[in-house]
Order: sequence, then structure tokens, then C-alpha cells
Amino acid sequence: MKLPPITNGFEIVYKKPDTLTDTPMHYCPGCGHGVVHRVLMEVVDEMKIQDKTIGVAPVGCSVFAYNYMNVDMQEAAHGRATAVATGIKRVLPDRFVFTYQGDGDLAAIGTGETVHTVNRGENILIVFINNGVYGMTGGQMAPTTLLGMKTTTSPYGREAASAGFPLKITNLITQLPGALYVTRQAVHEPNAVRRLKKAVRLAFEYQLLKKGTCFIEVVSNCPSGWKMTPQESNKWMEENMFPMYPLGDLKVPSQTMN
Amino acid sequence: MEHTPGTSEIRLMKGNEALAEAAIRAGLQAYFGYPITPQSEVLEYLAVHMPKRGGVVLQAESELAAINMVFGAAGAGARVMTSSSGPGISLMQEGISYMASAELPCLIVNVQRGGPGLGTIQPSQGDYFQATKGGGHGDYHMIVLAPSSVQEMADFVFESFRLADKYLTPVMILSDGALGQMMEKVALPPEGSLPFIEKPWATTGKKPGQKRRIITSLFMQPEEMEEVNLRLQTKYRLIEKQEVRYEALETDDAEIVLVAFGLAARICEKALTLAREKGFKVGLLRPISLYPFPSKVFASLATNAEMFLVVEMNAGQMVEDVKLAVEGKRPVHFKGRMGGMIPSPEEILSEIETVIENEQVNT
Repeated sequence: MKLPPITNGFEIVYKKPDTLTDTPMHYCPGCGHGVVHRVLMEVVDEMKIQDKTIGVAPVGCSVFAYNYMNVDMQEAAHGRATAVATGIKRVLPDRFVFTYQGDGDLAAIGTGETVHTVNRGENILIVFINNGVYGMTGGQMAPTTLLGMKTTTSPYGREAASAGFPLKITNLITQLPGALYVTRQAVHEPNAVRRLKKAVRLAFEYQLLKKGTCFIEVVSNCPSGWKMTPQESNKWMEENMFPMYPLGDLKVPSQTMN
Repeated sequence: MEHTPGTSEIRLMKGNEALAEAAIRAGLQAYFGYPITPQSEVLEYLAVHMPKRGGVVLQAESELAAINMVFGAAGAGARVMTSSSGPGISLMQEGISYMASAELPCLIVNVQRGGPGLGTIQPSQGDYFQATKGGGHGDYHMIVLAPSSVQEMADFVFESFRLADKYLTPVMILSDGALGQMMEKVALPPEGSLPFIEKPWATTGKKPGQKRRIITSLFMQPEEMEEVNLRLQTKYRLIEKQEVRYEALETDDAEIVLVAFGLAARICEKALTLAREKGFKVGLLRPISLYPFPSKVFASLATNAEMFLVVEMNAGQMVEDVKLAVEGKRPVHFKGRMGGMIPSPEEILSEIETVIENEQVNT
């Protein structure tokens, strides 16, 4: 039974959109996933495209994204979200298709799929959550783990000599002609959330142009994986992750569409 | 050649091309593949003809990507297929397991070549285990059909899509390099003769007032995961009951029954003729559905026949299923060639003579 909200005579100006389910999220306190989910679904709601949107969930912390997002969704194998999304978009070209993937999924096991999907310019939105760690499996080293950063599989800190360098995959795919819109955002403060929402809105609108792939990296935190409080993790992210993964647009359509 | 809509059309075609043409006629909406010998003609043929006749053809960056594109398109409700050969089919096992679990219909064609490893491009039947026993992780099966002619390469496409839709499962056509490459006369079924069915589970966009649709193979609670497994096993039992296909040739009076599928069965037909000319009472049992395996027919064959000779182009894979089906009632012999080598009818005849001689010595 749905009870009417208690408003005490005030007007409701902020509520959960119908594009989010009532399922309580499993994410850790302070994690950015919940905010990004909400931003994505707010845009779907505001654009009134819930009936035309199909999402693809990854393997990683957001593996259950389909429990929270109230749109048709498919659960892909680890790293294959963009291949699955390609299959969907090719047979349903008038739908809005997005993937939601973490750094291990998109930039390690799924690197091939990521690069080639963008290179084909698939008309989809790729949302890439970069927190520099494998959250779901318990805090192992990710391709985006910073040098010197300690994880359960880089217990002495990531060393380039043995584990290679942090992979800036967003910079890499920016160079591909199939990339239409590439931006790097965050959700650590209200202004950042607002900027992300603007980017998501643009990315969904650009799908109608059929001019290429939209790619939004969200540099995020992982309080549990980083072994920090949410506040500490946001501070650490600003001081360490942002210098390596600076926020802002990497490619905007005006540069590619003449 | 003139083509009258609504009737079948006779053409001389390569097996791979006949299969591809049949797929278009069966209403194929999307194909995702990757080049590999000896099946590349499927992708090439579709790349020429699909754009003109409506439908998606995409050359993926790998077989791994291809099968996951098939997953996405199948989940979106399309009639979809891929094709490959051994090394590529191995890469696809991940996606096949996921599709079996998520219960998505699709067609996967394996034009087998010799293995293991990179192997050779010559025909083989070395992927029988992989095709019929699961191949990927977890408890699952695909329906596996084994053609032995170019005609069946075409016919089984229709049958595979029908079965895939009926049982919501991946279906494999297990062919080989010889059947893919050789040219034969083929009667092609008319285009559009395979109806489409409603797919109320497909992710096509959540309709207002309806529940969203989710396609997943993830069920974290073991009780729930067991439920999924039980549902799959119930489906497999039904398939085993309803979808067994085989061909029996001169088995009524046969003292020795050859058992072979695909190309090997073609060769055994000739060996059978040679043996009958020499006075040996030889029959041939050709399993067409490799999964479900026609186990039951062996029970009745074992009452009359004195022995079985299984002929395969591998080190002995289907022979294990034959032995299980014969249940030790009669001796089961095996003749195999490997690594892309094809046995000749004379070679099989000589094997027939040898096993008969040995059995007589033993008894």
C-alpha cells in the first residue's frame, strides 16, 4: 500500500522519480553509485524516455543496478556490457541504450569491447565509474589504481615495474573518431552532481543524432575498498584521483560535427 | 535462377553459403561474427546479402564480443545467430553459458576444424564433447543438430530457430569444414516461411503500467539458483523426450551397426554399400540430434545387432554416449581419424572386416 507523503502543508519539490525502484540499495555508506544511479534515472524521467530506455548492468559493485533502475535491463558478463549494448542498439536503433560499468569491467577485462564499441561509434551511452579499485570482490587492484596505492593485491602499493601504470582509458578512447562526447565528472559535492546531470542529459540527447558514442567517466570513491570514512575518501579522491583523472570535457560534439 | 516466392528454390551452393541463405530466408534479423576458416563464407555471404534484404551484419572484434552481441540482440527479441569454428567457439563458451542460464534463443554454428589448439583448417568432429556436454561453466545443454549434407545445412537453420524459440535456448548446428566447403544441390525453403513468435520477456523498453523486464543469469541466493537449475533441467528432460532425431539405414537385419554423425555418416553410407556387396549385414545409425542423444534407439538395436562400430573424426567422443546407451549389452568398437584426417569408405570397410573377425575369434 502506498501512503501519501507527509508534507505538513509544504510543497514537495524533491522526490524519487518513477524511474527508480523502491528497492533499498546495497551500496556502502558514502559510495558514489547511488548518486550516479539517481542522476541517470532522473534524466530518463525528465526526458520521458523510460519506455524507450534499455540499460546494461556490468559485473562489479553495480551488478544489481537493474534492481534499482526501473527500466528494461540486461545483465552482461564481466567486461561485455558494451558488446551486449551493441547487440541491443543494432536491433532496436530507436531506443536509448546505456551501459553502466566499473573500472575493472570496462578498463581491464572489457578493454577490447570498450575500445571497439567506441571505435564503431555505437550510438550508446557508456557510464564508467572509476574508483581505482575492485570493490565487489573486496578491494583488489584495478587498472586505474594509482601508483603507490595499496590494495589487497598490491599490498605494498602499486609499482609500475610489476603492475604497470594507471590506465587513463577515457583519454585513450577520446582519440577514436567514433567517440562523440567524452567527459569526466564526479559526484563528491552538489555542484559536481549538477554538472554530471547536465552531461548525462546531453549524452542521452546526443543518442538521437546517431553520430557516435557518448562516454561519461565518473571519478568516484570507495570508502570500503580504500579503508577510509566517506569524508576521508572524498578528500583523498580530490587530492590523489583528480590530479591523475582531471575533471572536465575531453571531447564535445562541436569539435567532431562540422 | 528464377525464384517464385512461396516455393523452394533449387541451387548449387557451398554448405556455408546454403546455411547463410537459409538463415536469411528463416527471418534472420541480426548476425554477429568473426572470420575464421573454414566458416568465413557465412559472414561473407551475409555481408553481401543482409544489407539488401534487411537485417544487421556486424563483424565483431572477437568471437567473445560476437557472442555477447548475440546475447544483447537475443535479449532484445531478435532472431539472431553467429558462426565460427573450434578456436572461436571456445571463446564463445562464456556467452553460451550465460545465454543458456538467461534462457535466450539463438543459433550458433560450429563449422568444425581439427584441434586441439590452433589445430588445422581441415574438417574434424573434435568438438562433440564441447557441443553436447555443455562446453562452458555450469549445468546446461544446447540442442545440437548435426547435418550431413548441404541440404541439411540449410534445413537445420529453420529447425534450429524453431527449436530455439520453442525452448528458449541456444541451439548449435555442429557441422565441419568439408560440409561447409563442399558444393551440392540444395532446395532452399521459401523466404518468410518461419513465423515469428511473441517474446513477452524481451527488453524492448518498459511499457507504462507494466513491470520492467530484466534479463540476467545472476541469482545470488542458492535457493533461487537451484530453482533456475531445476527449471533448466526440466526443460532438458522435455527436450530429451520430444526432440530426438536420428536416421536408421538398413538396421533391420544388421548384425553390425555403424554409428556415425555428420560427414562421418556420409562416408559410412558408402562403406555400408561396399560391405553389403561383400555380404556383410551392415546397418547405419546416424544421430542427427547429438543433444538430445538418441539413446533409446540403441536399446532396441542391441537386441538384434551383434555389435556396434562407432566411426568419428576424433579420438572417440560420441562413442562414450553410444556405450552408455548400449549398456554393455553388445560390444561397441571405435574407429577414428583425427587432426583433420577423413576416413575413407575402404578404411571403414576394412575396420568392419577386422572387428567381425576379432569378435568371431573371441566367441
